Amino acid sequence: MRVGEGTMVKHQDGKRQWGKENYSLLRVALIVLLAIVTVISLMVGRFEVSPTDVVTAILSVFYPAPDLSPTIRSVIVDVRLPRVIAVILVGAGLSVAGAAFQGLFRNPLVSPDILGVSAGAGFGAAIALLVTENIFVTQVMAFVTGIFAVGLAYAISRVYRVTSTLTLVLAGIVVGALFQALTSLVKYVADPFNRLPAIVFWLMGSFNHISTSDLVVAVPLLLGGIGVLYVIRWRINVISMGEEDARALGVNLEREKTIIITAATVISAVSVSICGIVGWIGLVIPHVGRILVGPDHKLLIPAAALVGASYLLVVDTVARTVTVTEIPIGIITALIGAPVFAYLLRKNQTGWN
Amino acid sequence: MELTETPLEIQHLSFRYSKGDHADVFSDVSFSIGQGEIFTLIGPNGTGKSTLIRCIGGLLTAHSGEILIEGEAISRMETARTARIIGYVPQTHLPTFPFPVREVVVMGRTPHMGMFSSPSDADMRIAEDAMDTVGLSHLEDRPCTEISGGEWQLVLIARAMTQEPRILLLDEPTSHLDLGNQMKILHTIKRLSGKGLAILLATHFPDHAFLISGRVGVMKDGGIPLLGSPEEVITEETMRSVYGVNVRISTLTGDGGRRICVPLLSSDRSGQ
Repeated sequence: MRVGEGTMVKHQDGKRQWGKENYSLLRVALIVLLAIVTVISLMVGRFEVSPTDVVTAILSVFYPAPDLSPTIRSVIVDVRLPRVIAVILVGAGLSVAGAAFQGLFRNPLVSPDILGVSAGAGFGAAIALLVTENIFVTQVMAFVTGIFAVGLAYAISRVYRVTSTLTLVLAGIVVGALFQALTSLVKYVADPFNRLPAIVFWLMGSFNHISTSDLVVAVPLLLGGIGVLYVIRWRINVISMGEEDARALGVNLEREKTIIITAATVISAVSVSICGIVGWIGLVIPHVGRILVGPDHKLLIPAAALVGASYLLVVDTVARTVTVTEIPIGIITALIGAPVFAYLLRKNQTGWN
Repeated sequence: MELTETPLEIQHLSFRYSKGDHADVFSDVSFSIGQGEIFTLIGPNGTGKSTLIRCIGGLLTAHSGEILIEGEAISRMETARTARIIGYVPQTHLPTFPFPVREVVVMGRTPHMGMFSSPSDADMRIAEDAMDTVGLSHLEDRPCTEISGGEWQLVLIARAMTQEPRILLLDEPTSHLDLGNQMKILHTIKRLSGKGLAILLATHFPDHAFLISGRVGVMKDGGIPLLGSPEEVITEETMRSVYGVNVRISTLTGDGGRRICVPLLSSDRSGQ
């Protein structure tokens, strides 16, 4: 065996090393970038708002701002801010979940929905949209079936006694295929004049029906999932060395695997339940993160979170401003994600060379 | 519980992969390793050397018998606790991600850390000491996918040392390595035993047992039928019966008159 061959992710040029100062600088830059993108996103739209008004409006949540026009305040605080918060957390969450899964499954080509969470949640939402127009019911159904799908994959993999990661991934693919077929069945029987379009649009992903009340439940769940993956991030390095190495190093693998899968699944299920299926971000952003900070999950997880948040915020802002009717965000993330991923594969020889 | 100073004691250990399997991989294996002692395990491919080592490392569960670590049964110990006492150097495989050497070595601190913590500066220093001991310091920033096979093996040994174990298990650390790297590894192993570690080394090279002395066990037919000093165990007859090849055991004129074991190419089983 020759060392250096058969690795999936190759370091950029072998020389890139991040000193502590460099890394802190980069982190500050990413935070500033996110802040700028956030302000711009709050400014633009059918109703333009100046940067100062945006900042004043945000501050008015905490301190009264009598000079601010109520319209501007309402546009920013009631309409755009909840949406921006949701986009930031979903972008950060899916990226972090993707990075964690790529480490856990030791495969840079997996995405957060590898265990069937999106397919399951999509099915739940489709069923709900078939019978009701109640958005709350749809969200709950999506969340519950998303979690259920992953639980099912986990249970199937356990039947074979050894819960090796490979069995788990295969079980996830099986469950995903099953729920995708069931979703097609729901679409097939849905009333083609009102129910079917609702299902189709919902599955393509959009943040346009986010309201403050959605955030009450979604924000703590997303923050919780991200927080868990953030604090366990160094352990993902150890787990990514392989199951035997991790065990020999004293890792209680079953327990830690369950924690990581649960956190990532909650993030994905909440994301699908509030904004539909937003693909590619969880696959591509961790690669961008590795180019910036290298493979160490201690640095990668926060970097992926910041990059993912900014990226999805830009995409969502484009989705709601470039045309008169909103473009489903899942279409844009795929249109950008697929070619970017192809480029990254080539540039980093990320495949099997 | 009896009080014993023996770091590692294997008592009547048997292993089979599943309950349905009637054939044991090995059965009724007993031996012990003292402080600072190197126990070399040799034997043909597939006789269960790795399986035995993985049982001792707590990665596989034996179906009968007992493994005592400092007098305590491993079956009743928590994974993290086992990993604080036993360092395991697995057979070489490369990680998926190109972590810098330093990051791989510091993973040895895992059993000493909480699930939600990252290595501290103190952990980093222990890793640096380990890299120093095996002579890796100049490579600490290099991605581990861009170093040689011998260097990677040293990374794994340094990682095991960073666990600060009292027992070290090495599963064929010298296979795939050139002569220079083989000797580097053996030299490192000898130095570690000098520090008081009890070491179990599986190898394909009977000659290595002469090089590092200590005791030798030959694994064959699901047991360790031959066990003792290298001079007692590694003879022309036993090597022929174990590996089915003719070897010549000879004494060097220099080098303290140590013995060497040289395989011969003749397939003539009768000997001469």
